[in-house]
Amino acid sequence: MDARRPPRAVIDPKVRTVGFFTPPDPIQFDSNSLSPVMIPPPCHSSENLDLHSPPSVTPPSGDESVSVTGSYNGSSSELFPAPMSPALSQKIVAGDGGVGGGIVASSFPRGGGVPVCKLTTVSVVNTDSFAFDERDKPNKGGGSSMEVKDQAMNSKQKNEKSSKAERRALQEAQRAAKAAAKAEGNKATGTVTSGNLKSAKATKPPQKVDNTSVAASEKKGVDRPSEKDRKKDVPHPRMQYDDKSRVEKAKRRAVVNHTESRNRVELFRHLPQYEHGSQLPDLEAKFFQLEPVHPSVYKVGLQYLSGDISGGNARCIAMLQAFQDAIKDYTVPPEKTLVRDLTAKISSYVSFLIECRPLSISMGNAIRFLKSQIAKLPLTLSESESKTSLQSDIERFIYEKIILADKVIVEHAVTKIRDGDVLLTYGSSSAVEMILLRAHELGKQFQVVVVDSRPSLKGKLLLRRLVEKGLTCTYTHINAVSFIMHEVTRVFLGASSVLSNGTVYSGVGTASVAMVAHAFHVPVIVCCEAFKFHERVQLDSICSNELGDPDVISKVSGRGDVNHLDAWANAENLQLLNLIYDATPSDYVSIIVTDYGMIPPTSVPVVVREYSREQVWI
Amino acid sequence: METEAPSMENPKISAYYQTRLAHFGVVSTEWLAQAQSATNPNPPLPSSSTNSHTDKDTNFSVIDEFNRWRNHPDLAEAVAAIRALAAVISASKASTMMQLEIELKNASDTLKAWDTTSISLTAASDLFMRYVTRTSALEFEDFNSAKARLIERADKFGEISYKARKIIGMLSQDFIFDGCTILVHGFSRVVFEVLKLAAHNKKRFRVFCTEGRPDRTGLRLSNDLAKLDVPVKLVIDSAVAYTMDEVDLVLVGADGVVESGGIINMMGTYQIALVAKSMNKPVYVAAESYKFARHYPLDQKDLAPALRPVDFGVPIPSKVEVECSARDYTPPQYLTLLFTDLGVLTPSVVSDELIQLYL
Repeated sequence: MDARRPPRAVIDPKVRTVGFFTPPDPIQFDSNSLSPVMIPPPCHSSENLDLHSPPSVTPPSGDESVSVTGSYNGSSSELFPAPMSPALSQKIVAGDGGVGGGIVASSFPRGGGVPVCKLTTVSVVNTDSFAFDERDKPNKGGGSSMEVKDQAMNSKQKNEKSSKAERRALQEAQRAAKAAAKAEGNKATGTVTSGNLKSAKATKPPQKVDNTSVAASEKKGVDRPSEKDRKKDVPHPRMQYDDKSRVEKAKRRAVVNHTESRNRVELFRHLPQYEHGSQLPDLEAKFFQLEPVHPSVYKVGLQYLSGDISGGNARCIAMLQAFQDAIKDYTVPPEKTLVRDLTAKISSYVSFLIECRPLSISMGNAIRFLKSQIAKLPLTLSESESKTSLQSDIERFIYEKIILADKVIVEHAVTKIRDGDVLLTYGSSSAVEMILLRAHELGKQFQVVVVDSRPSLKGKLLLRRLVEKGLTCTYTHINAVSFIMHEVTRVFLGASSVLSNGTVYSGVGTASVAMVAHAFHVPVIVCCEAFKFHERVQLDSICSNELGDPDVISKVSGRGDVNHLDAWANAENLQLLNLIYDATPSDYVSIIVTDYGMIPPTSVPVVVREYSREQVWI
Repeated sequence: METEAPSMENPKISAYYQTRLAHFGVVSTEWLAQAQSATNPNPPLPSSSTNSHTDKDTNFSVIDEFNRWRNHPDLAEAVAAIRALAAVISASKASTMMQLEIELKNASDTLKAWDTTSISLTAASDLFMRYVTRTSALEFEDFNSAKARLIERADKFGEISYKARKIIGMLSQDFIFDGCTILVHGFSRVVFEVLKLAAHNKKRFRVFCTEGRPDRTGLRLSNDLAKLDVPVKLVIDSAVAYTMDEVDLVLVGADGVVESGGIINMMGTYQIALVAKSMNKPVYVAAESYKFARHYPLDQKDLAPALRPVDFGVPIPSKVEVECSARDYTPPQYLTLLFTDLGVLTPSVVSDELIQLYL
């Protein structure tokens, strides 16, 4: 998108490099763990221009976020889930409002309150916003999003600048003393994160990240906390960011203290990346202090953060069940309507969850369903009736769309397995595992090849479960996939989501496996429940993705002698990239098995259309 | 094996393809005996065994009916199936809609089991069942009038099928331009209709007809085309690539159109489509919409096997295996357009139509 590309004029061509290089700009290498390419305080272009000096640029997270939040104001309430706060404002730019907005939102930071934000920011984007350059040629990543952000920021927060520097300095000091920072942050309870994500359309976190994140990410390092703070401020969807005090408060009250990593890959600067390892203990300590976030939701958030729950269906079900609990304990505050207040509360929970880990597309769809169910509640129902109705809706959604859907998928897919087949699967997909086990139960004779890859090595768990049930399995690493593919007769893959142009969005490595299979004329069967389909279109794996912890790349478990990369963070020209998702083009996919039956990849928009027509989503 | 009664006793021999052979193949003296046994007196055998399945009506057998209709050379298999099911309705002694539906379901399952290889049969029965269940949910409180309406609709289906061919003929006229050369494979009544209409419209074109072994349907088709004064050239199956240079478009029919948008047709179609695609010649398929089926083959072996005996003219030692499959699957990427009574469609629309119809 154009929005992502910073205007050339503002960037110094000599210093700017494209792709995976960070500019050699010595912005700040402070110990504050802020990325050297941190973007200068978000606000206005004018402000940015003023901030040429690195010091001003270095954003202690607090500072930046504060400024950022200020600019966002109105529109951005949804802005971001924690990581990307700045980005959020940007995203709005594109939105069309309403559904379109939602969709647009996806490209931008998640969160969302799309409609409002976009309008203001678009035009401004290009020129000034990219004042950042001076900071550190953030260029690429930020691109338009940043610009937009800037705009938003600029317009909103002129006054922030003056105090920003001061605040920033103060924040820096605080950040340096992490404990101090935490102490302050702890006050926030957690609303910050939820507050951040007020966006109505929290459903599309990953996508949103792009544009806005770009901008956001740059600026964000510091901004994020402030955004979070802002979000947490109130459980209401649109945070008013021009209120400085609020921003500051929000920042202080950030639930999850995110610190931006250093050495970020330039091409992916639009995606949030934090240093892992510090957040979980932080949050655990705060468990009993949170008031705005329901304990079940908090627990689920912690589980996401620690990686205890992973996998599309598991995360979705855990989140929905946490929401069920939250709804059960919910009471309408006086003088507020259930529909609005509950929606706001859910949005705040979603913000919190996004802070812990960006939402997957299926989770976004589920949240959209829940919000539409809340909106459709008849006003005549009493509070307890509404609550029970919502709880049963969630129950029904989980049962019909996930559990039953899986059963239907299994029944369809086992017809494609014949005796003597050699089936290949990659990673660990719950749907594929069920299919293999069921085919084995039916007595079919086949062999399985499990392909795995670092750093997550999820295939090992799948392998263990299959071998326990008596299947004949082979285990190999993804490097060998072209070596064994000539023996394979079918490839079964799972998906995190399938997009409208037939692109399969799944765990990183899936695209490679599908491509090799296609080259060997092996049919590729993708198994995905229909609720994971999305009307978005994505052409590459870059504009919307999730970045994981880069440290796991440098460490090989069980091999202490492989420690060459232990000090990778100190090397200026080395960046580690740990992508979580990738996009497989529809040409490589032969058939998609869903609970709607077996369909070709070209029919995904038809299913999406039928779904919405049947009011399934609602 | 050739002289055995088909279908019931030897389920591997596809009754569908035997019928087509009987209708359109060149019947040589060696084949005559087979053809006779294939088409005629078997109904008594299947009927007696299937009668036990279709309980309620002791004297009525859906297979009987089906065979009776099937033998009309001009009637599509699907229409025969639907007429048979309509006969089931009229002979039925059910008194409620549910009962009738159950009877129909049984009859339809029997038909499908009798010939597992015919896709248009399965598709048409499914279509009819779907139509029945949909309309039964609607207005008619009076059971008899509902029944009458169903029968009337079933009878109309034959007309619909016939009209479908006409519509397809008209739609395809735009694609046949003056001076073009058309390659045709297999004897499809729809394709013949298209060519007949083009000839009637005084278009100047010529046709390359593949021989279509082992049925040698090409001979019959070339005969019929010559009667229409269309310049025809017979090419043996192996000469398709050789002559593909001179061809402007390839036109085939389909035994079934599957969910991926690909087609199942007489053996050799896949080969021709591959050659045409590599030489950038468009491949058009003329098929009625009731042939859309909810199958999804991933490769050639994913189809239910439909075998037909191949006669090489000389005795083959028994140690030598013979590939006797009668049909193949052409994936959608090799097809350019489908001419159907719903309009001129691209292969990806097939799934769209199926989803709308069945979901």
